[in-house]
Amino acid sequence: MKPAPGIMVKGSASLDGAPLFRPLSLSLEAGCWTCLLGGSGVGKSTILRLVSGLPTEAVFEGDVTANDNIAVAPRVAYMAQDDLLLPWATIEENVQLGGRLRAEPRCKQKLQDILARVGLSDHAGKRPSELSGGQRQRAALARTLMEDKPIVLLDEPFSALDAQTRALMQDLAVDVLRGKTVLIVTHDPAEAARLGHAIVVMTPDALIACPTPEAQVPRPVDDLATLECQAALMRLLRGQAA
Amino acid sequence: MSGGVNATFAGAGRVKYFPVLAATLFALLLWQAVVSLTGLPKFILPGPIIVAEAWLDNVAIIAEHTLVTASEVLIGLLIGVILGVITAVQLATSRIARVLVQPILVFTQALPVFALAPILTLWFGFGLWSKIAMAVLIIYFPVTASFFDGLMRTPQGYLDLARTMQASPSRILWHIRIPAALPSLASGIRLAAVYAPIGAVIGEWVGASRGLGYLMLLANGRAKTDLMFAAMLTLGVFSVLLHLGVRRLTRDLGRHGV
Ligand SMILES: Nc1ncnc2c1ncn2[C@@H]1O[C@H](COP(=O)(O)OP(=O)(O)O)[C@@H](O)[C@H]1O
Ligand SMILES: [Mg+2]
Repeated sequence: MKPAPGIMVKGSASLDGAPLFRPLSLSLEAGCWTCLLGGSGVGKSTILRLVSGLPTEAVFEGDVTANDNIAVAPRVAYMAQDDLLLPWATIEENVQLGGRLRAEPRCKQKLQDILARVGLSDHAGKRPSELSGGQRQRAALARTLMEDKPIVLLDEPFSALDAQTRALMQDLAVDVLRGKTVLIVTHDPAEAARLGHAIVVMTPDALIACPTPEAQVPRPVDDLATLECQAALMRLLRGQAA
Repeated sequence: MSGGVNATFAGAGRVKYFPVLAATLFALLLWQAVVSLTGLPKFILPGPIIVAEAWLDNVAIIAEHTLVTASEVLIGLLIGVILGVITAVQLATSRIARVLVQPILVFTQALPVFALAPILTLWFGFGLWSKIAMAVLIIYFPVTASFFDGLMRTPQGYLDLARTMQASPSRILWHIRIPAALPSLASGIRLAAVYAPIGAVIGEWVGASRGLGYLMLLANGRAKTDLMFAAMLTLGVFSVLLHLGVRRLTRDLGRHGV
């Protein structure tokens, strides 16, 4: 895999003629986690879809570029809150979906390695409906890993999970996505404080870059600086809502 | 009543049979009661016992004609489903096909297809094929419409995911849209199984020398009302069995609710 690129999103978006967000510039540092935090409806998912080359309801004026000047969209793997596992296919088949969709030869060894890394080796032949919410999200993570892309976009990937499972998934995700350029959209200040090398709060008017704690990601849930960061983010978000 | 109680507790699969049996018995009693109370002559309304006797006396003939109707229905179902599936896929994948063909399909649904039966006999002859054509005409639309509907309602998230995976439209169709639409296809096929016998019998009424529809007309013409009823009930039982069989066959298709 080529080294992960840094990404720059520059531009503004409007929805039915009204501005959704003003001209902004969001920079994703190569090989790092950037957390995009903000209230619902400010356009977080829109930005993520723009980076992944998916159509958006809003009209975007601007561009998405990589610092190595190679197209961004084909190098992106995408994971959403909904695990998007195909209910008729086994976990194994779901994890290999990208390869099947591109008619690539199977790679059994890679599949087994990845399933082992996310702890699903014993569930390869099961259907998604036989797994718990956390296991399903791990299967979705495995599918993302199988894509082997240098850029990973996560849209509130853990928000449907209970607090304990979510913390485990965060640890796992940081571990397996090491070295990739990650953009994670979240509405959870605690998640941002744990995971972000960089944390950006999005408002209709601007992006606000927030200072991040010293500790390495994933930061411990009881790290004092992390908790203070979480509180500061919460204050910022509440200030925005008021 | 211990038999009934056992049936109820013997397993989930059996529970359904008891009400069916009870309802059948009730219908037969009601039928007999109407005959006895009104005193209608048996060439107007024969009672269940007389019909049963007529059925037993003519069992070979009825079986022969049932076989004919059953072949028409099954071949019609097969062809209708195949044509419906092909059409739905074409419509779902081609904008031009949608623009050109969809209005025609909707318009033909407004035509009374039964009125075409005489012309079908003219085109396809007196034998099996005009009845098969009638069955195909009747089931083609429900199969096409429900499968097409399913193909157009693929969850957006799957399509987004496939798109980020750089998948081609044809592979998205094959690996995502078609499997996701199979439950819709299953309900279309079940509907088709209900309509197909109606189509075949109407075809037989218009012109045939074999089949249950033909037998019913023949018996009616000779005032053998008991045989007419026997043939009609046989058709009813066949239709119910067909429905159950098709439901079983399509169960796996419809199993994964998306
Ligand atoms: N499919 C859609 N149809 C209509 N409006 C949409 C659609 N998707 C998003 N929007 C609108 O675009 C705006 C931004 O949405 P989104 O980027 O999803 O926000 P966020 O992810 O921050 O909650 C919202 O106002 C939302 O209503
Ligand atoms: Mg969103």
